[in-house]
Amino acid sequence: METVKLTIDNKQVEVPKGTTIYKAARKLGIDIPVLCYMELHDLGVENKPAGCRICVVEVEGRRNLAPSCATECAEGMVVKTHTTRVINARRTVMELILSDHPKDCLTCPKSGRCDLQDMAIKLGIREIPGQEYAEMSTYKKDFSPSIIRDVDKCIMCRRCETMCNEVQTVGALSAVNRGFMAVVAPAFEQDLEKSPCTYCGQCVAVCPTGALTEVDHTTKVIRAIADPTKTVLVQTAPAVRAALGEEFGMKPGTLVTGKMVAALRQIGFDYVFDTDFAADLTIMEEGTELLDRITRFLNGDKSVKLPILTSCCPGWVNFFEHNFTDMLDVPSSAKSPQQMFGAIAKSYFAEKLGKKREELVVVSVMPCLAKKYECQRDEFKVDGNQDVDFSISTRELAHLIKEFNINFEELPDDDFDRPLGESTGAGVIFGATGGVIEAAVRTAYEAYTGKPLPKIDFTELRGMEGIRSATIDFNGLPINIGIAHGLGNARKLLEDVRSGKANYHAIEVMACPGGCIGGGGQPLHHGNSAIIKARMEAIYREDAGKPIRKSHENPYIVKLYEEFLGKPMSEKAHHLLHTHYFSKKKDIYIK
Amino acid sequence: MSHIKLELKPEQVAKIKEICKSFNNDPGELINVLHKTQETFGYLPAEVQEVVAAELNISVAKVYGVVTFYSFFTMIPKGKHPISICTGTACYVRGAEKVLDEFKRVLNVKVGETTPDGKFSLNCLRCVGACGLAPVVLIGEKVYGRVSPDGVKDIIKEYEDQ
Repeated sequence: METVKLTIDNKQVEVPKGTTIYKAARKLGIDIPVLCYMELHDLGVENKPAGCRICVVEVEGRRNLAPSCATECAEGMVVKTHTTRVINARRTVMELILSDHPKDCLTCPKSGRCDLQDMAIKLGIREIPGQEYAEMSTYKKDFSPSIIRDVDKCIMCRRCETMCNEVQTVGALSAVNRGFMAVVAPAFEQDLEKSPCTYCGQCVAVCPTGALTEVDHTTKVIRAIADPTKTVLVQTAPAVRAALGEEFGMKPGTLVTGKMVAALRQIGFDYVFDTDFAADLTIMEEGTELLDRITRFLNGDKSVKLPILTSCCPGWVNFFEHNFTDMLDVPSSAKSPQQMFGAIAKSYFAEKLGKKREELVVVSVMPCLAKKYECQRDEFKVDGNQDVDFSISTRELAHLIKEFNINFEELPDDDFDRPLGESTGAGVIFGATGGVIEAAVRTAYEAYTGKPLPKIDFTELRGMEGIRSATIDFNGLPINIGIAHGLGNARKLLEDVRSGKANYHAIEVMACPGGCIGGGGQPLHHGNSAIIKARMEAIYREDAGKPIRKSHENPYIVKLYEEFLGKPMSEKAHHLLHTHYFSKKKDIYIK
Repeated sequence: MSHIKLELKPEQVAKIKEICKSFNNDPGELINVLHKTQETFGYLPAEVQEVVAAELNISVAKVYGVVTFYSFFTMIPKGKHPISICTGTACYVRGAEKVLDEFKRVLNVKVGETTPDGKFSLNCLRCVGACGLAPVVLIGEKVYGRVSPDGVKDIIKEYEDQ
């Protein structure tokens, strides 16, 4: 490999040709400040529009300052990262960025987690000269069911644009307009709701400022808990327990299941249940549907559509409703675990309590922003009453715990309530890419072969690669499985299926990189994939430690079918646990 | 942005597709495609941008981003005779602003607007590369050099019967 030698702040360094000054400096332990720059190493994505100019450095012999994030090292280069000229330039750049930025930091939802605020502190900005000349943009706030856009706070780093277009290939956002009016927006500056946005929330996860934030439902949850006429149930998604601790300063990958349950009880929820229970239920329905489709296919039924696609991920559902409208009968009709939980809670469990569905409030804690939209879909309402009333993110739960004066670290472990809190290891792994299909295989294998699994761990289905495939031997019948995480990867895989290039029986898709553990509602990972990997390990650790690891062996699931549903895909199960999909594509121009 | 709701006729859609095809539907040719399309339609309404996006297989947001970035592109229909006044540095110091004011006064429109009869639209642009002729005014593709405020009425007169 060809290398170049250079000097940065009087220290020698040798780096591969093509390395940027910013990265070479990092090798020397010199952290040049960056604002617009973002690197998502495992996804092979780098956002370096060299737009903010915070990272400028002085290069000997060069007339102007160089943006270190985008300037490649050259042989013999002499770089200085903190000369007076550089520091002055950096401050001026920062002052210019701040000159037309709203100054409502005290009440901004990003306050305390804002990269722009951090940078102002780091650079010691104490006044903003020239702000009287700046033209403040005055865009209206855009409220979608999941995401709030307040683009007056957009600093044009274009990280969201990279996530939306390159990683997710959704194409909802683009840089528009010029000068002070330049912001990132959907086409024709319409509301996000009218764009192809899937609410995956990856834009929110990388936005350095308060320009993109989630819709906050914590106040509504507090009011519901305080209402004596309501019985309030909470369900927690698998990925939440693997990341919530980070909001309290714990190491990424710390499992806080017991503390989380204890905290929810202290907050005042009447029943603390687990979405993992509903994940087991999803496997019963989806696994049965998978076997049914494969068996019919093998028997020559031409009307059967294969592969079957998982449908747990609401971002993914939105994505195919926008982009693969010719394949709406391919995904599993099984509702997502969040919605299965809501449907069962407001029927089976309400009956057990002797209450009407209107007397129950179901809250979900999700690593996800698309779940906020999902629970508001018309299909998931009965006479206007939502199966899941409010969906809050992992970040919102952390906020709630703090607001309720709970010392999270000191909490003793507590356990979920029964019956909707019992879950298996199969339910837990829904939180990581590959987990849903592994859980489905564990159950489908035993249902198909009638034999116990020789080994429970399907390590061939795990990992961080964007598109993976494996063939699982169902006692002589090879089942081809595809896995994609990140919507860009899902698009590639689906296009191969559409063109007949790929031949799969079942495909799992998760919209967010890493699966739900990397969801748009999780503690911000700022592009650090080591955090996502640590969360993934935690998920598999929780699975390995569970006494029961196959969904169909969950005793409360068995009981639910005996007492209420009959069998998987029964008429009742169909009514409560299955859904259908719509085309969201708008025929724009052909009349 | 334009609020004019437009329904494209099939032959108009076919025309846009043809333009895209002449650039091999290459997303890298977006600016050229938009140029050619604007030449044909006079402006780039939302519906036209949506066809272009679909043909080049890029997002509508991206197309809109490019349209709003370059001042040459417009989403407002231009007049039959689009007037462009160069306000680049050379033209500006040689009195382009006074020429612009005179056009605004005579036509009774603001910059970016079109006269009610649809005949003239008024726009500014930055440097046409003819600084030696400053101040420069373009009407359609015809270039007028060394324009003075006094000459504005005569220029407009040339187009009155057209």
